[in-house]
Amino acid sequence: MKSLEQTTEEILRLAAEHFNVPREQLGPADDFFTKLGINSLQALDLLTRLEQHFGIELPDYELQGVSDFRALAERIQSRL
Amino acid sequence: MTNFQGKTLSWQIRNGTVELLLDRSPCNEIGSDTLLELEQFAARLELLGEGAHALIIASARKEGFCAGANLAELYEHSQRLGPVQRIAAVRDFLERIHRVMNAIDAAPLTTIAAVHGVTFGGGFELALVCDLIVADKMTRFCFPELRLGLIPGFGGIPRLKRDLGNAIVRDLLLTGRSINAAKAQSVGLVSQVTAEGDALRVARATAAQVGKFDRETAIAAKRFIKPLLHDELRQEIEIFCELFTRPAVEAGLRKFVESTDPQPYLP
Repeated sequence: MKSLEQTTEEILRLAAEHFNVPREQLGPADDFFTKLGINSLQALDLLTRLEQHFGIELPDYELQGVSDFRALAERIQSRL
Repeated sequence: MTNFQGKTLSWQIRNGTVELLLDRSPCNEIGSDTLLELEQFAARLELLGEGAHALIIASARKEGFCAGANLAELYEHSQRLGPVQRIAAVRDFLERIHRVMNAIDAAPLTTIAAVHGVTFGGGFELALVCDLIVADKMTRFCFPELRLGLIPGFGGIPRLKRDLGNAIVRDLLLTGRSINAAKAQSVGLVSQVTAEGDALRVARATAAQVGKFDRETAIAAKRFIKPLLHDELRQEIEIFCELFTRPAVEAGLRKFVESTDPQPYLP
């Protein structure tokens, strides 16, 4: 099973690639709304891509209070 | 009028298929302007159908199929009207949109919703009136009305019950969460999942397929297997109007409309 660090790294890579942000500009503690410059519609888009990538279902209410990549990774990790 | 270009939508007949294309910024929110043009479409549907075997409903907006009711307009109207007029206006809107939805639901054509992105609330309900839903893999379906203290009011609950098992209906209605296209297909909501951006192409291929068969047989089969649930649809309007009188709804609408929260579409 993936470690939390692996999961976090995969999220950062996927987000960087999809939203055209250099990977080196993103860190686990970063607020993904601010760093990626996205709104909630785009956050749903990211959620769908992450569900597909990790092969999981992640209810969007799990994102309540989640705005940094590490916390997002923890939510995803709990579904692996 | 086989072709129409309006402010919020357009339609044309293409290869024996009526194609209704929603195109209102930002994400096809259904307010009075869209309702008016949908009514024009519904009034012509029988005539359009004489030259066609299928109807596809799709969206030209990259954000998605339809984000639901125009909540900003709903809130603005509710602020201008007294309590009695407010409910009368809401009831009038619901009855009008139900007539449109019912016309499409019962149309003597095979109807296909080609959806992508945000397919929420009234948008989800518009997809549900169709015989088939073709969803690109980035589609998300949701009934967010619960977040406003409401239930779906455009006929979504009876149609969801008609199509799906009760457990997933409860899940969607009681959690207000969104589900992706793969999940939607696994529960029987979506007929086909396509690559990103490919829903309309696949819908057209499906329409071409259904066009090979006897139309009268298809109409008879559809009437048999797809009942229009008049009593439940009427009941939904009553429950919605009753809920709409509550202060929590006005507060929920105000919160949504005035929010600078980066997460208005998240539960």
